[in-house]
Amino acid sequence: MFEHYLNIFITTVFIENIALSLFLGMCTFIAISKKIDAAFGLGIAVIVVCLITVPLNNLIYNYILREDALVWLGIEGTNLEFVELISYIGVIAASVQILEMFLDKYVPALYNALGQFLPLITVNCAILGASLFMVEKDLLFVESIVYGFGAGFGWAFAIVVLAGIREKLKYSDIPEGLKGLGMTFIIVGLMSFGFMSFGGISL
Amino acid sequence: MNDSIIKTIGVAFAICLVCSLIVSSAAVSLRDLQKENKLNDRRIKILKVADIYKSEQPIAEQFKQLESKFIDFNTGKVFDEYQNLNIDEYDQIAVTKDPNLSIKIDASEDIAIIKNRENIGKIYLLRDNKKNIDKIILPIRGYGLWGTLYGYISLEEDFNTVSGIEFYEHKETPGLGAEVDNPKWKSSWKGKKIYQNDQVALKVIKGKVEMDDNQASYKIDGLSGATITSRGVSNMVEYWFGESGYSMLLKELDYES
Amino acid sequence: MNLKAYKDVITRPLLDENPITLQILGICSALAVTNNLTVTMVMCVAVISVISFSNLFISLIRNYIPSSIRIIVQMTIIASLVIVVDELLKAYDYETSKKLSVFVGLIITNCIVMGRAEAFAMKEKPLLSFLDGLGNGLGYSLILIGVATIRELFGAGTLFGYEILPLVSNGGWYMGNNLLLLPPSSFIIIGLFIWFIRSIKPSQIEIDDFELSDHSTSPDLSKRELNV
Repeated sequence: MFEHYLNIFITTVFIENIALSLFLGMCTFIAISKKIDAAFGLGIAVIVVCLITVPLNNLIYNYILREDALVWLGIEGTNLEFVELISYIGVIAASVQILEMFLDKYVPALYNALGQFLPLITVNCAILGASLFMVEKDLLFVESIVYGFGAGFGWAFAIVVLAGIREKLKYSDIPEGLKGLGMTFIIVGLMSFGFMSFGGISL
Repeated sequence: MNDSIIKTIGVAFAICLVCSLIVSSAAVSLRDLQKENKLNDRRIKILKVADIYKSEQPIAEQFKQLESKFIDFNTGKVFDEYQNLNIDEYDQIAVTKDPNLSIKIDASEDIAIIKNRENIGKIYLLRDNKKNIDKIILPIRGYGLWGTLYGYISLEEDFNTVSGIEFYEHKETPGLGAEVDNPKWKSSWKGKKIYQNDQVALKVIKGKVEMDDNQASYKIDGLSGATITSRGVSNMVEYWFGESGYSMLLKELDYES
Repeated sequence: MNLKAYKDVITRPLLDENPITLQILGICSALAVTNNLTVTMVMCVAVISVISFSNLFISLIRNYIPSSIRIIVQMTIIASLVIVVDELLKAYDYETSKKLSVFVGLIITNCIVMGRAEAFAMKEKPLLSFLDGLGNGLGYSLILIGVATIRELFGAGTLFGYEILPLVSNGGWYMGNNLLLLPPSSFIIIGLFIWFIRSIKPSQIEIDDFELSDHSTSPDLSKRELNV
């Protein structure tokens, strides 16, 4: 059983890396990767939010939205899959908000570190994407916890690595027009080519 | 005063009401069309693999030429009805999640890396004018490079000669592994033989099949640059035509005819 | 409001303020869908209609939205529009919607939509907001279609699925560039696009955070004293 979960984790982090293989959360990925500190903080925030929202959305999907999901309430023949998107984004927005208030009140140290990144995360497609891919893969509840953590971890890992490269890039002699954004795009392209070599790994 | 509580709640409520009306009316009015699309998508692949697909005719009409049957993998027997299952709605991929309806394949035998195999499968038969079986269409699946490939393979009436192959879902690399969808490669399967002396012999080899090879009818050209996908397809054939796949069924049918 | 203002609102986002190459908005859903021009076109139409109509609706009710629930109201409107687009696609173009998979849903979190709603539609009149949405959608599409054309033509030798450069594997003469079929290549193409646009419009070039000083650690040989 443990092996099965480890397999899901490795697959999500390396083979189906949410940033470098599925290209989700790219806006923040490129905008907030100038410095390692900021990238690290944002990465941690994404891990936390993914870890909360993916299992939560899994429960919502399995017990409310999917076909015949309301049988436990004695209602048959329902199919609410069409409100999937709006429910997930609602769950994400609400849990980010609650997390922010909770941290502010009880863990101020962590709030100071993560606080500025949390509002950014609501509109980060990596989070919504993780929930949508969770549904597409038809994961069970425990699997979805592992998947949520793996997805967040993979994204955080990728952004920290990119920030490291970009810090070094400042010392390179790049053509004028390619400086900054242009070069970053090309670096991300090369990184994701690198990640393609993980294909075919299976435990 | 936009920020009074009553106004805030009022606006929130109004927005929700309007949006939910729009969304649900769109969803409800389009649902039938979507269901049909989903069903037809799979049916087109089945018709294509049987080589009887005509794009201008309604799909449901064409699909009536085929007979759907249940197959019990443990005995190799074919059923028209099985318990209370509805054959049109039965989803053999979904039941592999349920340990009561599927078996876990031992890792040493799981060459196609599919982990669980359903107990009851679903196959399609195409009969000729004399009601004899003309073609048999079997679902297959197996792991490639990036994920599981799902497809159908069809056999001629001798239950050994391949008539066609089609994949309806895969995640292989575009330009390399995704060439499993290349019509030229798919057509190279036609006429190949699966069994030699009761053993599965058909293989996707590395490189091209030599013209003068006397084993040529058991070999398929490899996909260039996609060794792992080619191997995956090869393993898929070996598993599904082996003991725990369709071999019992095919022998049974052969005996009957 | 004169005609020029309307024209400006549409044309500015194409090159001068392109949402993708200058503002780094909305790249997320863009990359994975550009290997095929047909799919890209459908995606562009979906994005353009969502941006324009969300801008229109939000602008229509902008004076009634309480600021405390501003974001969630915008989100609800955008999400509803995306769901409608998604349902329509599933019903009338199933083949493409299968290829786009979750990426249609991800238009919700496409920052262009949210960004235009917040920055433009909350302040301006409905018609102008609608045109602004149209312009930004077109700016996004311009880049996407450019990328898709390059990828499909040189990667697979086809455009809209029709053969333009016959591939060697189909008996032709063109050896397809498989690298372009892989999704990461779109990053590199966009990077080169940015280079191109910034060469024409040097005002967009980013300023360095700091200047590297001249290399001065090597010994100055002209001042060397000979100690013989």
